[in-house]
Amino acid sequence: MTVETRDYLDSRMHISIGPSHPATHGTLRFHLDLDGETIVKCVPEIGYLHRAFEKSAEKGTYTQVIPYTDRLNYCSSMMNNVGYCQAVERLMGLQIPERAVYIRVIISELARIMDHLVCVGTNAVDIGALTNFWYFFRAREDIYELIEALCGARLTTTYTRIGGLAWDAPPGWADRLKAFIEKCPKTIEDVEGLLAKNRVFIDRTKGIGAISKEKAVSYGFTGPCLRATGVKYDVRRDRPYLCYDRFQFEIPTHTAGDTYARFLVRMEEMRQSLRILQQAVKDLPGGPVLCDDPAVALPPKSQVYTNIEAIIRQFKLVIEGVKPRKGEVYDCTEAANGELGFLVVSDGTGKPWRVRVRPPCFCFLAAFPEMVEGQMLADLIATLGSINIIAGELDR
Amino acid sequence: MGIENAFGDSFISTRLNEAINWARKWSLYPMPFGTACCAIEFMATVGSHYDMARFGAEVVRFSPRQSDLLIVAGTVSEKMAPVLKRIYDQMCEPKWVISMGACASSGGFYDNYATVQGIDRIIPVDVYVAGCPPRPEAVLTALIKIQEKIDSKQAPAAQTA
Amino acid sequence: MTDTSAFPDLLKARFGEAIESSYVDAACTFVVVRRDTIVPAGRFLRDEHGFDLLADLTCIDWLERVPRFDVVYNLYSIANRTRLFIKAPVPVEDPAIDSMTPVWKSANWFEREVWDMYGLRFTGHPDLRRILMYDEFQGHPLRKDYAINERQPLIPENLPPGDRIPV
Repeated sequence: MTVETRDYLDSRMHISIGPSHPATHGTLRFHLDLDGETIVKCVPEIGYLHRAFEKSAEKGTYTQVIPYTDRLNYCSSMMNNVGYCQAVERLMGLQIPERAVYIRVIISELARIMDHLVCVGTNAVDIGALTNFWYFFRAREDIYELIEALCGARLTTTYTRIGGLAWDAPPGWADRLKAFIEKCPKTIEDVEGLLAKNRVFIDRTKGIGAISKEKAVSYGFTGPCLRATGVKYDVRRDRPYLCYDRFQFEIPTHTAGDTYARFLVRMEEMRQSLRILQQAVKDLPGGPVLCDDPAVALPPKSQVYTNIEAIIRQFKLVIEGVKPRKGEVYDCTEAANGELGFLVVSDGTGKPWRVRVRPPCFCFLAAFPEMVEGQMLADLIATLGSINIIAGELDR
Repeated sequence: MGIENAFGDSFISTRLNEAINWARKWSLYPMPFGTACCAIEFMATVGSHYDMARFGAEVVRFSPRQSDLLIVAGTVSEKMAPVLKRIYDQMCEPKWVISMGACASSGGFYDNYATVQGIDRIIPVDVYVAGCPPRPEAVLTALIKIQEKIDSKQAPAAQTA
Repeated sequence: MTDTSAFPDLLKARFGEAIESSYVDAACTFVVVRRDTIVPAGRFLRDEHGFDLLADLTCIDWLERVPRFDVVYNLYSIANRTRLFIKAPVPVEDPAIDSMTPVWKSANWFEREVWDMYGLRFTGHPDLRRILMYDEFQGHPLRKDYAINERQPLIPENLPPGDRIPV
């Protein structure tokens, strides 16, 4: 019989966080080696929400991919819709109507605010500040109401179509949006007042989960997490799409690269998004929201019931789908988490040969061990909340 | 002996059950097994606007051992299935299960290599909620259905499966 | 977006034969590189042309084409605002290519994903394990010859009668 001899004062503890844990923001798992409460080693394990987006996208027509894109980053579905449609439109060389461009900007910015509300709210909950979550969810409900008025769904929107939008905004929507733009800064101010100078919050976040500029770039960071390290990369500014080049807005950056910097960047980005919204709703043009190319857009329903050509056109578009030319295209948008890119490969048929989505938060989690190793266990939770891992986008 | 002798067995025991069920009904401890989009809607249900606390179920517990209502919100992948089964097994009886949303109920439109085609292949389910994701009102209705089931003394699916 | 049309010639001047071809599609410049030169080419682009961000690394399965796979590297230069795509064809008989991890750290997880989904080995990768699927999973699901609904459950499932999915 052997007696195990261990030095109990020097023993490492192995613990596993997740896949079902209140602070993992979706389903991921961390294998941790702890020395006391200090993290010695961290190995993330993902894939618990792998839903085969890329394989499913190869199965249906180009339009049938749009509902799947909703469920990538489900905190800001609208932006994924916009990103995917934009890539396909670029492959086809389509121009979408001006009104659709503006509404796409508006829904993207609304989605960005929604996403940041959830990220900051839940991050604060994980640290123990529950009140902000209630404040933010009230504002989120306001955006939900706006989005519901647009497309009938709260979360999974499927609002864009290849060539424009599914339908126009209902009458009076712009006024409701204006009312929201008036109202929202108060919520942001309230929460900033509760957190930004809060001693406990600062102690829990400043210097926690920091990453240097060089490492962040090497790990492929984009979006607020990269800007929190001091790199001013924003797709909206560097490769303007839609009509972002017509709007005045700042790109907030910080240099610390820690959890607190990410919080500040997100708060400021919400304000800038409101600024863009203000300008966009002011200039919102009239006109159609879907291009009139018969090979792309469904005919109006009134014609489908009365006109044989329209029936045929509808039938062909629904059964065979939009047929882009043979080729490959990559297009990216600045989603709430960073550069959201779609690589679409077409073989000339109605079904995409390959749709690859470049998930921004995949890179953040890859760098996660470097951000938390050497820190305390509780800091892992604070850091994880601040990089905004959305499992749908992470695992696809 | 004691109070049962004074009133007779049947009378007291049925009333006691009803009293317990009444208490259970208004103090469900949900364990949200939130994996995907539905979890965000579940957050909205618990959140300030819809406020699940009105139905006595606001004490969200992330430990299965402390909860009696499992709300599976979101897609369950094959990789996640053993985890779900284990969490379910860890819950104490009596326990109820709400399958929230199309993915949990049937796999939804994820008919692919990675997704379990409905959690009822793994664990028994009491109430299914349709929608992708369901509206918060629908989740509240499901909660009320669970309350009705408790009230009507029907056995939870866990005991009949 | 800044012009990227000069890069194919720059690469050709440096690596000669190893640059197989190049083309522009929807304003994206693609350069096809022989797979044994992929790491030097990556390092050259990073060090001398400022492509500091490996934004994405993925694979395309062409099924019937020989060689069957294309590994696609999506490079971006934050300072110059240029984007360049490098493609390296990989045959199905010998599905291996050098790992890009010494050049960009983001390659680590992207390569694990390509291994998981397509079964391409990355030589020199520090930790080439499955990332999205579980270890018990057989095959590589994003390959075109893997059926979309071929499930491999980890625990027994109660199947409804007449279910069409083989278990």
